[in-house]
Amino acid sequence: MAFLSRLGLYLLLAGFGLWLYTLTLNEFTLTPTLISSQLKPEHQATLGVRLQPLVQKTFQSGWEFTYAFDTILNNLNNEYRTAQQWDKVIYDEYSFAITKAAASGSLKQQPWLWFGLTFGLIVVGALLFILPALTQLAGNKNNGIFHDASTNRGWIAKIIGAFLILFYITLYYYPQYLANWTMLVDPISKALNGAEASRWFLYGFIYTVCVLVMGVRMAIKYRHNRYQQVRTASVVFFQTAVAFLLPEILVSLNKPYFDFKNIWPLDYDFFFDYNLNSLLQSGNLGIFMLVWGIALFVVGVPILTYFFGKRWYCSWVCGCGGLAETLGDPYRQLSDKSLAAWKIERYLVHAVLGAAVVMTVMVLYTYFSGSSSVLFIDSYSVRSLYGFWIGGIFAGVVGTGLYPMMGNRVWCRFGCPLAAYLGMWQRKKSRFRITTNGGQCISCGNCSTYCEMGIDVRAYAQRGQDIVRSSCVGCGICSAVCPRGVLNLENASENSRVMVAPEVLLGNK
Amino acid sequence: MHVVIIGNGIAGITAARELRKRSDCRITVISKETDYFFSRTALMYMYMGHLKFEHTQPYENWFWQKNKIELVRGMIESVDFAQRKLFLSADSQTVVYQPTLLERLTKVASKPATSASQVRDLSYDKLIIATGSVPRFGDWPNTHLDGVQGLYSFQDLEKLERSSAGVKQAVVVGGGLIGVELAEMLHSRGIHVTMLVRESSYWSSVLAPEESALVTQHVQKHGINLRFGCELAKIQGTQKVERVITSQGETIDCQLIGISIGVEPNIDFLRTTSLETQRGILVNEYLETNLPNVYAVGDCVEHRIPPQGRKSVEQIWYTGRIMGETVAQTIGGQRTPYRPGVFFNSAKFFDLEYQTYGDVPAQCPDGIQTFYWQHPSKEIAIRINYRQDTQAVTGFNALGTRLRHATCDAWIRQQRSLDYVLEHFQEADFNPEFFEKLRLSH
Repeated sequence: MAFLSRLGLYLLLAGFGLWLYTLTLNEFTLTPTLISSQLKPEHQATLGVRLQPLVQKTFQSGWEFTYAFDTILNNLNNEYRTAQQWDKVIYDEYSFAITKAAASGSLKQQPWLWFGLTFGLIVVGALLFILPALTQLAGNKNNGIFHDASTNRGWIAKIIGAFLILFYITLYYYPQYLANWTMLVDPISKALNGAEASRWFLYGFIYTVCVLVMGVRMAIKYRHNRYQQVRTASVVFFQTAVAFLLPEILVSLNKPYFDFKNIWPLDYDFFFDYNLNSLLQSGNLGIFMLVWGIALFVVGVPILTYFFGKRWYCSWVCGCGGLAETLGDPYRQLSDKSLAAWKIERYLVHAVLGAAVVMTVMVLYTYFSGSSSVLFIDSYSVRSLYGFWIGGIFAGVVGTGLYPMMGNRVWCRFGCPLAAYLGMWQRKKSRFRITTNGGQCISCGNCSTYCEMGIDVRAYAQRGQDIVRSSCVGCGICSAVCPRGVLNLENASENSRVMVAPEVLLGNK
Repeated sequence: MHVVIIGNGIAGITAARELRKRSDCRITVISKETDYFFSRTALMYMYMGHLKFEHTQPYENWFWQKNKIELVRGMIESVDFAQRKLFLSADSQTVVYQPTLLERLTKVASKPATSASQVRDLSYDKLIIATGSVPRFGDWPNTHLDGVQGLYSFQDLEKLERSSAGVKQAVVVGGGLIGVELAEMLHSRGIHVTMLVRESSYWSSVLAPEESALVTQHVQKHGINLRFGCELAKIQGTQKVERVITSQGETIDCQLIGISIGVEPNIDFLRTTSLETQRGILVNEYLETNLPNVYAVGDCVEHRIPPQGRKSVEQIWYTGRIMGETVAQTIGGQRTPYRPGVFFNSAKFFDLEYQTYGDVPAQCPDGIQTFYWQHPSKEIAIRINYRQDTQAVTGFNALGTRLRHATCDAWIRQQRSLDYVLEHFQEADFNPEFFEKLRLSH
């Protein structure tokens, strides 16, 4: 069994290496047909002409091609800017599409072969690595977590973190350099929505595969714990069916791309003009989507959080939560439990909520009034600032890139505006709490250590106080790792929550 | 008033914290073990890599200065009870924490006014002794060899970390709770473990035969070699331990021996003083010793009159905590007797959780009947003892399932009948959602 696990690891590494290698595949040639088909008519005479030196020149590397293309485009734009010809500056994201269209070669012709050699090997390898755990006896298996370089901020963790950060920055801001990777999933994209894969399709695909494979790991690791199994099945389902497949199918039916479980303000562009217009132009289904999206945060959040706590979303439905609970599970022990971290968390997460609300109000003002200036501030630049710093850098680069260093809920805890909103309801109006079991706590610290949200669970457990905290996502791991059966997630009358610790715990009666 | 507490374990630290809630007095806690309080219940998890030392600290390092609890790292060399003065070893120092930049920026902690300084003697107005236990060692020769040790203190863990490196086989002597913890710890590092157990099945001095059998099977299933009716006869080796010979004459090669035949109060340094001791420091129900202004709490205590249903020396985590809470009330001005209430305890044997409430002795006493239920396919068992005459329940054992403390405690105190308890059993269910609901019936 150790052999299978080792073999799996080698296959995984081989698949990963080949995946990186695919970035060097294909050759890239710009043709006149490409220029006339890809560029808008108004750019044919400007950019189209400037691109002539590239035409019929074959590049062996996509990166060189992209770099040459970007240089020409940037030089042109700089000339316009110097000449203050602002209306001529080209903002279209040509780079990615043209790089992709200019490609020819092995990867382009045989995407399935390369898909198998990369994602195929990675998934098979990962499963082989994971499945032998089934031969061990079921139970909490946290042995060696703080002795391992991958789960204790060692060199492996640093490499993984650096890769994730690099991946996010490239994906978000330089997608043209990942054009080859999107070709790997072109056949799947075409099968689902009829079009070639965009970077977001690639991202959605990788994201879903991670949730699926690591969901299998989670289901095996906690096969003695039904709550964890059901919860894991739920996040895997919502990511695969509702977040990944359904929107693609909607697009193939010529309906708006819509993720039914994404809720404003986490879904910060829900009220952006292009989304509202797209929904309003899509007939009854579009109107339904609009009403559904608003109803989720106006009615859904308070009611469901009242009955079940915010876990109904954060650790059962949410996509960010889904990734955190599967791919991120090996890193949950790295969250900072200090009071200092809690203080920062409370300011930061509520500040982001405030920023999301202000940004959205400005965007809606612009939408209805037609004026982009709100109190002398341009709502479009506020919106793009939010998108860049919070939607991109915080939620993606920092939120996931720092999994191996700061734990799997950095974004959820310090940044997610929806988590802040759900947390207010959970704290003030909910039947949910984590009940502590009388005097049984031995203060060992397993609960606090494995709390991904950095809640000092033990501080409550050891004095017999129920845990009622805005940030608790109800993952239930504190209860699972407790060696003395002290913690239990419960929904019961709000008034039965023990908010004040008893004077002396079950003694001196 | 200056209250000095010897020992920074759960009893001493709880006394300090609870006293601080009630009083502005000066509080000093002395420890020779660690600078800061940690949970020794988590020693095993540190070794197995589930936790790091910092995770076993229930309070952050800045906590003590903020709450004006002075810490001293050092050893008591002698006590002059008449002059109310403690004399400390030459290396004794105050513990002063330098907060991190983040802690200062977030105003969690401020820079300390003083720096660490030597402490040679301390005068007290009230003294609380909370020195805990030491492992019992028996009188086998050769226990001084490298690789022979118990597991109680942080130093024991450091020693185990060193002495278990490269070890292939280990022998654990004693079939109690620390014994099985040691076995699990060593097993997690791939060491082959043989446990020598004096009784005929695991922990049969405490567990009834069915529970004992269930735990025995569970431990064996995890690959631990259990030898029952077997004691340690000889330890052999030159510098390092090489093998043991058992009371059955068998020779077992091993490079490590864990002695876990129990613990005893850590009071050697007080034996020759005017403080009255037997097995532990003798205290009345107010945790007062024979000397004025001197109290004792936790593992080192022996109760002159034990609370009902409890032993005179009871080394359990929570009894240390309750004693700490109690003595703080007394010193804080409200003289309060120690009444730990209905007995309870818990443990975990590898993956098998155990909880007990009330009185469930290994052999059912006269006048008590027992209800035992075991799951047909899973490692789950429940025992409920009850009085033959009134049918009132007297105790619960739960293996592989979790029971609600407050509910079991109330049922025992209210003398609910077995039928009532079986009918309302779901109220005591403390398992996570979606777990199988156990239906018990005669």
